[in-house]
Amino acid sequence: MSVDSVFVHKMWNDNEIKKMVEGGVPYPMMSDGGGKVGTIYGIYDENAGVETRGRFIIDPDGVVQAYEVLTPPVGRNVSETIRQVQAYQLVRESKGTKATPSGWKPGKTVLSPGIDLVGKVWEVWKVSEEDK
Amino acid sequence: MAEEFKPGCARPSGGPVGEKPKMEVEKEIITVKKETGMIKVGQKAPDFTAPAFHIDKFINVKLSDYIGKWVVLCFYPGDFTFV
Repeated sequence: MSVDSVFVHKMWNDNEIKKMVEGGVPYPMMSDGGGKVGTIYGIYDENAGVETRGRFIIDPDGVVQAYEVLTPPVGRNVSETIRQVQAYQLVRESKGTKATPSGWKPGKTVLSPGIDLVGKVWEVWKVSEEDK
Repeated sequence: MAEEFKPGCARPSGGPVGEKPKMEVEKEIITVKKETGMIKVGQKAPDFTAPAFHIDKFINVKLSDYIGKWVVLCFYPGDFTFV
């Protein structure tokens, strides 16, 4: 979503993005003229008249689970967004009984917080797992 | 003379310069409480509708139509902003 019109979205998709990604952008490219939506999400820059790089993960109940906001010159890390969605999906499927430690990826150690785990995380999870 | 500028990632925008135009109501200052703060994690995402371009069609998107699905909502400064 940006303040550009849907016509500009079409031109950008057809003339540039399709040359980088086969088929172009697969999801809706939304238009937010005037930044009304960006304003309620808190990421619209009134002085510049544009949205900043805000990214929100919204769960199936419509609840915001995570967000990240970057200033314009630095691009996002899509694989980190996917990792976070996978982690939130795991937590949701466990009905909140599981938690994913720092740097968790699918297949890695998942924690079950509770009285038995207090002070024992070091026994079941190693910091070195983050790099693997 | 118009000056050349180097385009960055934020879309360049203009605005009024020089003397301020005389407004009819100069002294009446109304403070409007604006809700411009960041939304909070763990709370409902504000619903909205927005026109969109989606696979060779123009459509209207409503966030609440996606209840039951995981949604990644991305904002960006503008088309053709490089990154």
